[in-house]
Amino acid sequence: MSDLLSRRLSEGRPLLADGATGTNLFNMGLESGDAPELWNEEHPGKIRALYRGAVEAGSDLFLTNSFGSNAARLKLHDAAHRAFDLSRMAAELGREVADTAERPVIVAGSMGPTGEIMAPMGALTVAQATEIFLEQAEGLKAGGVDVLWVETISAADEYRAAAEAARLADMPWCGTMSFDTAGRTMMGLTAADMVALVEGLPHPPLAFGANCGVGASDLLRTVLGFAAQGAERPIIAKGNAGIPKYVDGHIHYDGTPDLMALYARLAVDSGATIVGGCCGTTPDHLRAMRVALDKHVPGPRPSLDDVTAALGGFSSATDGLDGPAAPPRPRRRGRSSG
Amino acid sequence: MNDEDDDLILADLPDDELVQQMFDDLYDGLRDEIEEAVHILLDRGWEPYNILTEALVGGMTIVGKDFRDGILFVPEVLLAANAMKGGMAILKPLLAETGAPRVGKMVIGTVKGDIHDIGKNLVSMMMEGAGFEVVDIGINNAVEKYLDALESEKPDILGMSALLTTTMPYMKVVIDTMAEKGIRDDYIVLVGGAPLNEEFGRAIGADAYCRDAAVAVETAKTFMARRHNSMATAV
Repeated sequence: MSDLLSRRLSEGRPLLADGATGTNLFNMGLESGDAPELWNEEHPGKIRALYRGAVEAGSDLFLTNSFGSNAARLKLHDAAHRAFDLSRMAAELGREVADTAERPVIVAGSMGPTGEIMAPMGALTVAQATEIFLEQAEGLKAGGVDVLWVETISAADEYRAAAEAARLADMPWCGTMSFDTAGRTMMGLTAADMVALVEGLPHPPLAFGANCGVGASDLLRTVLGFAAQGAERPIIAKGNAGIPKYVDGHIHYDGTPDLMALYARLAVDSGATIVGGCCGTTPDHLRAMRVALDKHVPGPRPSLDDVTAALGGFSSATDGLDGPAAPPRPRRRGRSSG
Repeated sequence: MNDEDDDLILADLPDDELVQQMFDDLYDGLRDEIEEAVHILLDRGWEPYNILTEALVGGMTIVGKDFRDGILFVPEVLLAANAMKGGMAILKPLLAETGAPRVGKMVIGTVKGDIHDIGKNLVSMMMEGAGFEVVDIGINNAVEKYLDALESEKPDILGMSALLTTTMPYMKVVIDTMAEKGIRDDYIVLVGGAPLNEEFGRAIGADAYCRDAAVAVETAKTFMARRHNSMATAV
């Protein structure tokens, strides 16, 4: 229990995480298709500026620029062999920024998905995924992160592999999934499925939750779903700043700082302890969220109607927690499904 | 389940029941059973084209509908597509021999800058499941790559995919270039990939924006039907 995140969580106040990495790097001139992780080496000043943007806006923790610095993603840039080094650099830059801040700031080592489909549907086995994540985790650890931060996962086995990598690296970790398909992850997991998954792990995360997905409303429905399972473990809410819109040749997220401030308060009342943004969330949004969290007087858990009234409608009628969207297809005769 | 179910003998079923059973087996992703059933229908003298459209595409239509409606999710769809592929592998050479009408051909790839390919792969599999011929040109395609593929493959449909909001605008670059070369209207252009909407599809000059793989298949079928009709009128 000596890690910084555990200590901060024990204080009993909600923590503010950071916002988008991609959105902010593109604002700094990153070109589509370039691996953001290569900037850890080529443009360390810009990565420091990215981290500082979150710290100066009041974030209690920020994620390192290492989302895709695993061998499976980097191989698409012919840089698979650099997974450890690029992860380490992302962490070292983060350490530097956090250690010069005037308050304790947690450096969380971002670990995104491999991008592969897990066996048996796809080719990647849990053992292979574990190996890929472990290399990244070791790099982040060598660079000095306080905690590993697995995010945007959609498959249960990939989450298990990341958990195992954290165990092998002997590191505390957090892990969120993206619930972007009718209230479930792409691979069909509900909020309840994730709670069961997390609690069944031999090396469970310090906190778990949801990131990215569709909009702020959907994300809070998922958080309410976690809470309804009676989850005792701290919950993370890291939603996008609204919905992307195509404006004058580029993509713009329609969520304002005010909307994200409202979302932050509702997230806490819904049961989240760590609140942040994801795609489209800039330091301006984070500043508004910081103020909102600091001033927030805890209220009753919002209903789904409260969420939609404040933040807009859901993207799907159900999130799978009240049973499947329709009765299972009747079979003409039951072949044993085993 | 009980023992009786395990004793289900596909070869004992009359044609109509066998086709119904294939719908169930596709839904459950049972590749061996689908392959067996395809062989049985061939032995009974079915035209390969009818097996494709009535049994396989018919079954995948149900899978696609339940995927669209949030009843099935990606893992089940991948298993169903895999079972379909098993049946298709048997039929493909026979279809070529018999000169069966083609459902349609699509060239698909993610745009320059985008390396996220799970969505594109899903669309490919679902399109193949619907009987389309799919040429997958992979990830990170510059406009020239698309033009080369259109030239060499002569597809009916161009599918472009981008997951990142930063790479989606490149779809417009491709469509604009096609328009400059005067070939835009020779193809049905379908786009998809990120949580955008039809408005985006129209704004960049695509024929349609497809929310997911199931919608992509339905949209492709609709446009192909329209295309056949307009060709018939032209002749």
